[in-house]
Amino acid sequence: MARIHLSNLAHSYSGTPRSEADYALKRLDLVWDDGSAYALLGPSGCGKTTLLNIISGLIIPSEGQILFGEEDVTQLPTAARNIAQVFQFPVVYDTMTVRENLAFPLVNRGADRDYVRRRVEQIADMIGMADVLDRAARRLTADAKQKISLGRGMVREDVNAILFDEPLTVIDPHMKWELRTQLKALHREFGHTMIYVTHDQTEALTFADKVVVMYDGQVVQTGTPAELFERPAHTFVGYFIGSPGMNVIPARVEGTSAHVEGVEIPLDASYPALSGKVEIGVRPEFLTLSKDGPGLPVRVRRIEDVGRHRIVRLEFFGREINVVVPEGRPVSQEMNRVVFDPARVGVYVEDRLVEGRMLQGRAA
Amino acid sequence: MDKTVNQKAWFLVLPVLVLVAFSAVIPLMTVVNYSFQDTFGQNVFFWAGFEWFEQVLASERIRDALGRQILFSAIILAIEVPLGILVALCMPRKGIWVSVCLVLMALPLLIPWNVVGTIWQVFARVDIGLLGRTLSELGIDYNYTQDALDAWITIIVMDVWHWTSLVALLAYAGLVSIPSAYYQAAKIDQASRWKVFRYIELPKMQGVLLIAILLRFMDSFMIYTEPFVLTGGGPGNATTFLSIDLVKTAIGQFDLGPAAAFSLIYFLVILLISWVFYTVMVNLDKKEGV
Repeated sequence: MARIHLSNLAHSYSGTPRSEADYALKRLDLVWDDGSAYALLGPSGCGKTTLLNIISGLIIPSEGQILFGEEDVTQLPTAARNIAQVFQFPVVYDTMTVRENLAFPLVNRGADRDYVRRRVEQIADMIGMADVLDRAARRLTADAKQKISLGRGMVREDVNAILFDEPLTVIDPHMKWELRTQLKALHREFGHTMIYVTHDQTEALTFADKVVVMYDGQVVQTGTPAELFERPAHTFVGYFIGSPGMNVIPARVEGTSAHVEGVEIPLDASYPALSGKVEIGVRPEFLTLSKDGPGLPVRVRRIEDVGRHRIVRLEFFGREINVVVPEGRPVSQEMNRVVFDPARVGVYVEDRLVEGRMLQGRAA
Repeated sequence: MDKTVNQKAWFLVLPVLVLVAFSAVIPLMTVVNYSFQDTFGQNVFFWAGFEWFEQVLASERIRDALGRQILFSAIILAIEVPLGILVALCMPRKGIWVSVCLVLMALPLLIPWNVVGTIWQVFARVDIGLLGRTLSELGIDYNYTQDALDAWITIIVMDVWHWTSLVALLAYAGLVSIPSAYYQAAKIDQASRWKVFRYIELPKMQGVLLIAILLRFMDSFMIYTEPFVLTGGGPGNATTFLSIDLVKTAIGQFDLGPAAAFSLIYFLVILLISWVFYTVMVNLDKKEGV
C-alpha cells in the first residue's frame, strides 16, 4: 500500500491536443493518502473515469507522472501496479462458479491453495454469497453478479488501492444502501485506499472521508463532505452538492457589501475591487423568510413539502432562488422578504471562490 | 368474452402458404412420390414400396460415399473452426484496417462455387497451374488427378480457402461485441492471454460458433459443385461424395426411384446430425448454468 501522487497530470484522447478543450483531463496535481476512502464526484463526461483508468493503468496519460509512494509507475502496465478495480457493469467470468470467480485474481498470481480457499470463503461471507459459492456465475442476477465483481476487487489483501467505477449503477436501490454500508465496513476493516467514482452526491457523501469534485476535466474542490457543503470553492460544487443547490446570483461587490439590482446585501468580509464575472452564492439553508420584515423583496412562487423541510421557490428580481425552511418554522404564500446570512454568503469570480479580508470580531 | 369469428386472417397467411408450397412442399412430395414408384418411361409408374430404400441402404457404393462424406465434414470442421477463430483473434478491432480485412475476408465468399472449382482446377494442374507446377518443380510428387490423397488434400485446401472466412467473420462479430470492461477486468485480475481466451472470448463467442459449426457442417456435408468441377469425383471414386453419387444415380443413370429414396435418406441424415449438434451444444450451455 502506498500514497498515490498524480503529478502534473493531463490527458487528451487526441494525439495532438491543440487547445485546452482537447483535454479530457486538464492539468492537475492530486495526492491520495494511503488508507483513505475517497469519492470522485462529478457529472457524466467530466473525466472521472479517465482519471480512474489512468490510476489503474488502463490508460497511459499524455502528460505527467503517477507515483505510488516514491515509485514512478506511469509506464507500468496494469498488472504490475497491483490495483483492483470494479466496473460499472458487472464483469463475471460466465463459465466459472462463484468460487472460481472470486479466486481468479489470486490463482493468477500463484497464491497458495489453502490460502485461496480461506480467503475466498472470508470474502464470500462479507458479500453474503457463502451459500451460492458453487453455483455457476452466469445464472445469477445483475445484483449478485456485481457483488461478485466487488468481491473480486476485494479479494487481494496487498493491493495499492481499490477503484470503483460507479459500481452500484445497476443495483436495486435497497441493495445499493446495503452494499455501500458493506464497502464502508470493509474499508474500516482492511484500510485499503479506496477511490469511488460516482455522479450521485448521496453515494459520495456517505461513502467517503474526502470527496474530490470534478467538473469539465478539472478537479474543482477536494474536501470533507462538510467542507463541500459549507464552503464550496466553485459555483459548480455549490450547485452540484446540496438539494436544492446553492443560489448563485450575479452581483457587484464593493468593500463589505454586494449589490444586486441596486439592492445592498451585507457581507462578512471586505473584498478588493473585482473584475470579470462576479457572483454571490448562498445555500438555500442560510436564507430566512419573513412577511414585511427586513431584507430583500421577493415573491413566493411555489412551496414544496419534502417531509423534513419545505423548499420555497422564490422570485427574486426575475430569477428563481430557493429557500429551505426547516420543520417548525411557519411559511406562507404571503411572505415577501428574505434575509441572507452574511457569514454564509460567498463571493465568486469566474466561478471560483474569492477569500475576502475578515471583518474584525467575526469568524468564518 | 365472445370472439368474433373472422376468417379473413387466412388471406393474410395465404401468400406464405403458396410460397412454401411451391418452394418446399410440392418438390419434396414429388421426390417422396418417386421414391415409392418405379417407371419404365412413358410416364407410367408402378408401386414399388420400400424397395428403393432397401436398395439404397444396402448399397456398398452409397455406404462408402457416406463414409467419405463424414470424414470430409469432420476434417473441414476440425480445420476451419479453430483456424477461423485464430484469424478472427488476429484481426484488428479498430482503424482503417478493419474494413480492409473485412473486404478481403469476404472476397472468397462472393465467388460462385463453380468458379472456385475452376480456379483451383487450373491452379493445381501439374502442367500449367501455378501451384501444381511449383510443387512438381520442387520435386514433390503431386498430381490430384491421379493420386487419391493429393485429390483430397486439394479439395480440403480449396474448401478451407473458400469457407474459413465465414467462420472468421462470425467469430469476429462475436469478439467485437465483448464489452471492453471484460478485457480491463482481466488485465486487473492478471489473467494470461490464454485465460482471456478461455474464460472471456470463447464463452462469449459460443452463440456465433454454434451457428458457424452448423452452417459449415451442413454446407460441407452437401458439397457438390467444387469437387465436381475439380476432380469429378475421382480419381476412381476417391472423392465421390454423397451428392456427387446422388447426381450420378439420378441424372447419369436416370434411376429416379433409387435417387429419390437416396435424397430422402440424405436429407434425413443432415437433419438428424444438425439436430444432434444443436441439442448437444444447447444442453452443454444449460449444464454449465446449473
